[in-house]
Amino acid sequence: MDRDQVLQLHIPEPKHRPGELADFSHLRLPLAGEIRRPPIAASAYEIRDLAYELIRVLDDEDRAVGPWAQPLEPAFLLRGLRAMMLTRAYDERMFRAQRQGKTSFYMKCTGEEAVAVAQACAFECGDMFFPTYRQQGLLIARDWPILDMMCQVYSNSADRLKGRQMPVFYSSREAGFFSISGNLGTQFSQAVGWAMASAYRHDRHIASAWIGDGATAEPDFHYALTLAAVYHAPVVLNVVNNQWAISCYQGMAGGDESTFASRGIGYGVPALRVDGNDFLAVYAATRWAAERARSNLGPTLIEHFTYRAAAHSTSDDPGRYRPQDESAKWPLGDPIERLKRHLVAIGAWSDAQHAALVAELDETVRETGRRAEALGTLNAGPLPDPASMFEDVYKEMQPHLKRQRREAGLEPGGTPRPAEGA
Amino acid sequence: MAAMNMVQALNSAMDVMLGRDPDVLIFGEDVGYFGGVFRVTDGLQKKYGRERVFDTPITEGGIVALAVGMGAYGLRPIVEIQFADYIYPAMDQLISEAARLRYRSGAEWFAPMTVRAPCGGGIFGGQTHSQSPEALFTHVSGLKTVIPSNPYDAKGLLISAIEDDDPVVFLEPKRLYNGPFGGRPDQPAKSWAGHPDAEVPLEHYRVPLGKANIVRAGQAATVLAYGTMVHVALAAVAECGIDAEVIDLRTLSPVDVETIAASVDKTGRCVIVHEATRFSGYGGELCALVQEHCFYRLEAPIERVAGWDTPYPHAFEWQYFPGPDRVVQALRRVVEA
Repeated sequence: MDRDQVLQLHIPEPKHRPGELADFSHLRLPLAGEIRRPPIAASAYEIRDLAYELIRVLDDEDRAVGPWAQPLEPAFLLRGLRAMMLTRAYDERMFRAQRQGKTSFYMKCTGEEAVAVAQACAFECGDMFFPTYRQQGLLIARDWPILDMMCQVYSNSADRLKGRQMPVFYSSREAGFFSISGNLGTQFSQAVGWAMASAYRHDRHIASAWIGDGATAEPDFHYALTLAAVYHAPVVLNVVNNQWAISCYQGMAGGDESTFASRGIGYGVPALRVDGNDFLAVYAATRWAAERARSNLGPTLIEHFTYRAAAHSTSDDPGRYRPQDESAKWPLGDPIERLKRHLVAIGAWSDAQHAALVAELDETVRETGRRAEALGTLNAGPLPDPASMFEDVYKEMQPHLKRQRREAGLEPGGTPRPAEGA
Repeated sequence: MAAMNMVQALNSAMDVMLGRDPDVLIFGEDVGYFGGVFRVTDGLQKKYGRERVFDTPITEGGIVALAVGMGAYGLRPIVEIQFADYIYPAMDQLISEAARLRYRSGAEWFAPMTVRAPCGGGIFGGQTHSQSPEALFTHVSGLKTVIPSNPYDAKGLLISAIEDDDPVVFLEPKRLYNGPFGGRPDQPAKSWAGHPDAEVPLEHYRVPLGKANIVRAGQAATVLAYGTMVHVALAAVAECGIDAEVIDLRTLSPVDVETIAASVDKTGRCVIVHEATRFSGYGGELCALVQEHCFYRLEAPIERVAGWDTPYPHAFEWQYFPGPDRVVQALRRVVEA
């Protein structure tokens, strides 16, 4: 050891910044079909290699190959394609609506549609989702009406959340979609509790949760993995590694040191790492994990390796921190394009049909948008009754809230009164 | 009816609820096989099974997160945080999640959980086993905060908390587990034996949340207290002979403003006593409420007796603890003003 050696502080930095050309040649990408498909009863240790690999099904000739390729009906795949396309069309419309001042904020999931949509297709009705903010595809794939989602984004008179939540923080008990929190990671450990409750009741439904690469550094990620492992909770835990947490690349959350999937091994949670832009791979991995959970074999951690093609949100400008061409250079392509090409390759779809569906979905979204706007927008109203902001703080409105509602002049038939305490 | 100390009364409340409602579960650190470090869940795992009363790893944030998820499923979990001082890792789950779930989901989901935690000093626990963090919870819209002062209330309030569909932080003054404590550590410790509030029905009953209890009627001044300080206040009143009315708040949120205001309107003088630190403490809110409701009836400035604004010092516990001498001084100041 050099006695004159002084310590050096390491601050991770992405390989390329704006003004430079993006380059993903350092990524080791296994070929489609190359990675084995173990039995669902495998332990985390026995399949530890899968946490460092990348499960891929769609090859460069758009064929579904290898042990993870499953015989799936074209009609089923077309439903998945449609849900991804509708998600993208919806995102585009709502992004523009924000730019037009109709709401305060919006977040697209462009490039990540396969993660939510293929997963929703892999779970069963009654399975419970604990999403984060970029899984709108879960709702759309479960045929939840986009009109209801738009009303939430506009905080309008038909918003079931009564104008209380920022745009995209959806909640739908009926769709099995848990209320989204802005405090990242909290849902990850809650999903374990839901799954344990389902097991306690000897139910058949399982839970699934999503977290971003950045938020894996939150304590809830650790709580979830520990508790899911300890209690063999029937839960599928997903890390959506879209490379960016606002302006911080995935290495800032430790992704340069080891894969996010590999985090599972130390907890004894079997882990898979999947090409998140490959609908068939995401679907197959999720089915594998769901089957494990449903068979009392416990939790699975899945890292979905994908790319956030758009800005973090309408408040973000990725041109300030990543190369302009990075999105175009992403080596795993676009999930919609890849599934479309596969369907064309197997003779179940055509370019003309695809173009027609794009036009149809655009029209659906436009027409639904008009109906949503007729129910109100954040800038022009009508909004929910402001008196409702005092409701649901508690099951029964507490006396001090009744007094404050009166003080705010919002009591039905009341008049504003001078300030008064609790 | 049976004579019970506070530990037994709390245990009885959970026993009754486990027996009545299959959706009730208990979990936390050391609560299962061992029965809890303060023995509050003693015997419950044996009686109801591991699936209903179980141990967790040391993960306060994880414990509350599990309870949120279980509540979303439809269960009614009771969790124990081993010491209130350990609750801080769970604050995100308590504040951002449990307390806000009903509101943010348009009442689609809620968190019908009870979070039990021993609080307060008097056992030489130092700064990490003595704190009274109630004001952190009363500041949070969507949470309810309860602190009992005797076995009868402890059982009835805990049953109300468990049955409540809102999340309840249930703080248990650990110095009162085995007996009432008037704040004089040099005197022999008392047990609950023979105390009227230690006669506890074996069956189900409720003490409603949001209702204070006048534990001593009086005319000369009002003392607002809760938890251990109820007994300190009673001891102080007995020692100084001032005919004070002592109110045990029992529930800090929602607070029983009517009972407080009626008393201060009558006495015109008010002393607020809590063990928690003073600055930005719950006493500040009580002080504001009293002046808002009773300003024109007040005959003297409101007094606050509280823990000093320092961490809880191990060796100087009794210089820190707001004992009866300080309460007596405050009572004298309000009646002599």
